[in-house]
Amino acid sequence: MSSDLRDLYQDVILDHGKKPRNARVIEGATLTQPAYNPLCGDKGTLYLSLDAAGDKIIDAAYVGQGCSISTASASIMTDFLRGKTREAALVTFEHFRDMITAAPDEASHRAVPNLGKLSVFSGVAEFPARVKCATLAWHALKAALSQGSDTTAKPVSTE
Amino acid sequence: MKTAAVERPPGTAADTTTTARPLNVGAVRADFPILSTQVHGKPLIYLDSAASAQKPQVVIDAERHIYERLYANVHRGVHDLSMRASEAYEMVRGKVARFIGAPSAKEIIFLRGTTEAINLVAQTYGRANVAEGDEVLITTLEHHANIVPWQMLCDEKRASLVIAPINDAGEVDMAAFESLLSSRTRIVAVAHVSNALGTINDVASMTALTRERARNAVVVVDGAQGVPHLEVDVRALGCDFYCFSAHKMYGPSGVGALWGRKTLLDAMPPWQGGGDMILSVTFEKTTYNEAPFKFEAGTPNIAGTIAFGAAIDYLTNLGLKAVRAAEHDLLAYGTAALSAVPGVRLIGTAANKTSALSFVIEGVHPHDAGSILDYEGVAVRTGHHCAQPVMDRFNVPATIRASLGVYNTREDIDVLIRGIKKVQEMFA
Repeated sequence: MSSDLRDLYQDVILDHGKKPRNARVIEGATLTQPAYNPLCGDKGTLYLSLDAAGDKIIDAAYVGQGCSISTASASIMTDFLRGKTREAALVTFEHFRDMITAAPDEASHRAVPNLGKLSVFSGVAEFPARVKCATLAWHALKAALSQGSDTTAKPVSTE
Repeated sequence: MKTAAVERPPGTAADTTTTARPLNVGAVRADFPILSTQVHGKPLIYLDSAASAQKPQVVIDAERHIYERLYANVHRGVHDLSMRASEAYEMVRGKVARFIGAPSAKEIIFLRGTTEAINLVAQTYGRANVAEGDEVLITTLEHHANIVPWQMLCDEKRASLVIAPINDAGEVDMAAFESLLSSRTRIVAVAHVSNALGTINDVASMTALTRERARNAVVVVDGAQGVPHLEVDVRALGCDFYCFSAHKMYGPSGVGALWGRKTLLDAMPPWQGGGDMILSVTFEKTTYNEAPFKFEAGTPNIAGTIAFGAAIDYLTNLGLKAVRAAEHDLLAYGTAALSAVPGVRLIGTAANKTSALSFVIEGVHPHDAGSILDYEGVAVRTGHHCAQPVMDRFNVPATIRASLGVYNTREDIDVLIRGIKKVQEMFA
């Protein structure tokens, strides 16, 4: 198997793609956000439970269908979000997006902090066609945290 | 169903026994410079011709020649270049007419492609002839380009869009199609060949049924996937409009044609307003030009249209019968090879089909398969193929589609199969 392909399909991604964590509906979630990639048909729904102050993420889950990259991204993201504040989540969104849209020669020059387990997606930068797969759940997160109290949120799209 | 009396037109039948001169695929491959390029360090295996076909050197040369030797605006100047450019441009109109068996070059309208052609019919013929309570009949296997323009028309006119279903093989249910035709039907719009499944629709029978049961209806054919693979004869099909693109048949992108019956074209209102579609303009009144010019406002894709002519010559020289026979053989080979791979399921198994192998791999999303195949140099399309209702019908989010052209070989299929096995290893 080509080493470049293995940069994309790391074992952690294959594992989460096959067995996504937090793939469940959160009944009574504080925020519910549908997501859709019209180009490939990937779709899903992000559920977030926030604390009483509406600031800290208590629980996160994502139910959807998609390729292994989008499934694994939602799985690892929802794991990561638990216990994070809104602000921390949104800052991580920016860093994550920067990491996977960086041109290979640019990556070292950009001040992308270590994203821990999320850094398994750094190989996506070499596959521009798959950036939208990796960011679908993250765009849902951003839209969810921006929606305020509107529970009839419109689907967020990567297009 | 009374289809027995309807003769199959040439090129629409499953019959591929008549091969005048077999296709020399080796020679054909040498005509396409892009086939000698590499992708990710591997030789390009191009299995995405249904999305857009590659271009032979003669088409590339034709476009280049025009800009180097022949270029000026058409229908506008008395100077020599403009006259010669106009002549070359108008010659293609005749070529297109002969290519699809149209009675007259005046029935050929040059447009950007199939999508624009269908939209033109919807926005001119459709808006003038469809009223509240009327029906437009399409089928489940249509491309979005043959769905959305009719939805827009029906929304505007408060008419109904009626859908003829397909069976598990991906064939239109002809009994249901017949039963959905009525005096309310104003337009029947069907694909000649399904882009997602490869099904060849029996357009001649559909037209015959329409004439019998829906006398007020016209039949519009989306021929985008028909012209590269079948000998098209619009008189034998019996339809009223035929829409197609140059880029699917080895010509340039951004060029295509609409054929329509002259009586219909003459009665239709013009579409876009502008230069070339008029006879005279004053601020009080404009007199429109006759068909086809009244539908061709503005400077067209001059070089692209002339190169479209070169693509028609190229395909005609290969011979559509030979093309059909070679592609039929390759389709059978590919169908057998894919069917032999455990975990692979073909979507679209019509008895009469051409050029497209749509499939899914158990446990693997098509996009993941597409990325891995790409690394093997194999270009396939993954996704819904602009035919989401087809995906819904087969209850899959997307498929992998390997589509065939004149340059494909059994070796290409073999590389595809080896790639699929790598995909399965990765996701085992």
